[in-house]
Amino acid sequence: MLPDAGAGPRGTDETVLAVDDLRVDFETFDGLAQVLNGVSMRVGQGQRVGLVGESGCGKSVTMRAIMGILAAPPARIAGRIVFEGRDLLTMARRPRTALKGSAMSMVFQDPMTSLNPVFRIGEQLTDIVRWADRRHGLRRGAPERKARILETLRQVRLPDPERIFEAYPIQLSGGMRQRVLIAMALLNRPRFLIADEPGTALDVTTQDEILRLLNDLVQQERLALLMITHNLGVVRETTDYTYVMYAGSIVEEGTTAEVFAAPAHPYTRALFACVPKLSGDRAYRGIEGTLPDYTDPPLGCRFHTRCQHATERCLERPPAFALGGDHRCSCWLSDPAGGQA
Amino acid sequence: MTGDERLLTVRDVHKRFPVRRGLFQRVTSHVRAVDGVSLDVHRGEIFGLAGESGSGKSTLARIVVGLDDASSGSIRFAGEDVAGIRRTTEFRRRVQMVFQNPGSSLNPRRSIEQSLAVPLRFLGVPPSEWMARIVGLLEMVELPAAFRVKYPYELSGGQKQRVAIARALAVQPQLIVLDEPTSALDVSVQAKIIELLVRLRNELRLSYLFISHDLSLMRNFTSRIGIMYLGRLCEVGFTNDVFSEPKHPYTQGLIAAVPVVSDEEAALKPKVERLHGEIPSPANVPSGCSFRTRCGLVYEGCEIEDPEFRRVGFEHDVRCRLFEDEARS
Repeated sequence: MLPDAGAGPRGTDETVLAVDDLRVDFETFDGLAQVLNGVSMRVGQGQRVGLVGESGCGKSVTMRAIMGILAAPPARIAGRIVFEGRDLLTMARRPRTALKGSAMSMVFQDPMTSLNPVFRIGEQLTDIVRWADRRHGLRRGAPERKARILETLRQVRLPDPERIFEAYPIQLSGGMRQRVLIAMALLNRPRFLIADEPGTALDVTTQDEILRLLNDLVQQERLALLMITHNLGVVRETTDYTYVMYAGSIVEEGTTAEVFAAPAHPYTRALFACVPKLSGDRAYRGIEGTLPDYTDPPLGCRFHTRCQHATERCLERPPAFALGGDHRCSCWLSDPAGGQA
Repeated sequence: MTGDERLLTVRDVHKRFPVRRGLFQRVTSHVRAVDGVSLDVHRGEIFGLAGESGSGKSTLARIVVGLDDASSGSIRFAGEDVAGIRRTTEFRRRVQMVFQNPGSSLNPRRSIEQSLAVPLRFLGVPPSEWMARIVGLLEMVELPAAFRVKYPYELSGGQKQRVAIARALAVQPQLIVLDEPTSALDVSVQAKIIELLVRLRNELRLSYLFISHDLSLMRNFTSRIGIMYLGRLCEVGFTNDVFSEPKHPYTQGLIAAVPVVSDEEAALKPKVERLHGEIPSPANVPSGCSFRTRCGLVYEGCEIEDPEFRRVGFEHDVRCRLFEDEARS
């Protein structure tokens, strides 16, 4: 059974990125690691989509597969990743590469390590513009390129862009470096942006500012944003649509309001229960057990080995049951035909 | 809480790091990492120290456990001035620390049993008893005895942190300084570690000095809390009071910036303007009130007058001129 393939949420003509039944396996010494187990998702223009899950759930593999930066082999990729109507997995190498860093772009997580310490900010940004220009046959002179860079640095609200242009990364604070990374992603006017845990390496106040900035940019530029994070609070405050991932599967999805108002999947509910609340409600608790071994994943629902509600039926993979609106949950408990028999 | 219940007393502790410049490496200025902090940790209490990076909370923690010396000020432990005996085994036995990243605080070349044997050797436990003690320690942190022979790389982040906690417990301390013990872990693992720490405190009558930037976690785990900014405490009080009625503009801004998962929680956030900008460098602290450069309520005089602590509620102290003026008038 192929759950949630095809009929995605908001499958409008504004869909920028559509992932259908994406499967990624890795050849390892311990055998074939079946990491992504049929992932489907949509990101529309001007839409902010969150992909939330814990370390090791396959968030980064999904992101890398979309960006085309998974080495194959060892990775084996199957399924469809459609960007603006074109399947990236069957596309020729050159046009695919030309998309990277321009139409499809990415904000990296760690502002401390994602910039080269021995080059000035300006040099690093110029490289990116020059690279894209070459790919797209654009002839721009150095002053034009610099003007574009300064414009972008201003756009991410960095004070004194001229000074930043001449600075080395070490001369900038963490928050400023994160802004530089955002500017880097925006330089070539992308239409789709992946943000990988932006600001998690920073303090809450700085993270808050960075998330607001991203939000404003998405609205200004009508970007399609895929926000990858482990922080449910960040998802609630900065996205319109939420996918919850566990062990390489999307277990629940819906508009952010729907998922947060009534989390349906036992994993989502357990994850919510783990988050310490500002209300001081001490009733939080962890999840027993650990992520399954991807070389020998559990049959059926991959969460059943840690689930309190597991029944024999869970050995069969549940489809994504519609719960009304865009809200869908891949758990037999949500089966309208009384799945819990 | 009477005076006798104080386990740790920190009084006016300063830590300055010299900044050297030029050919002769002359000291040109000082970074004021910790700038006159006073606090008490009572027996059985979990005291939280919150603040952004660069606020000096980790430096203060290192001074408390004796990894660094204070430039000035006094630290008393169980009524004794520990400035002199800081480096003694006796002090080390009573105050332990659990570090942020269990991946780098455990020796990768030592098996778990070897790591746990080190503190036992320091304690003078005869080697014949080590095995039983190590198994007991692992049991205390809910790890199977078979983990004795494993190496750190075979363990998950949460398991490594449990070993680090077991190592701290090996010497039967009274106070454990926890420096962001769960910030490298997933929330589901964090919740289990916090559960463990709470249980251990209750069973072993431990006290914790808990350092974190995660205010939601602070809210749930600590009994009292101090908010640090640029090497100073700006607000101290019972956790319930500080969260239900944050007084200092910085505390309010900090709580308002926490991402939360429900509307009910969002409603609990103070309705204040978001904090903007970043914490200034501790090498160049603003004059007067050090928070004034980011404060939304700054007014005339804040750049001159350095406010003192004022009592604004039961055991609730705030260092802000808004409350000084109130007290005066």
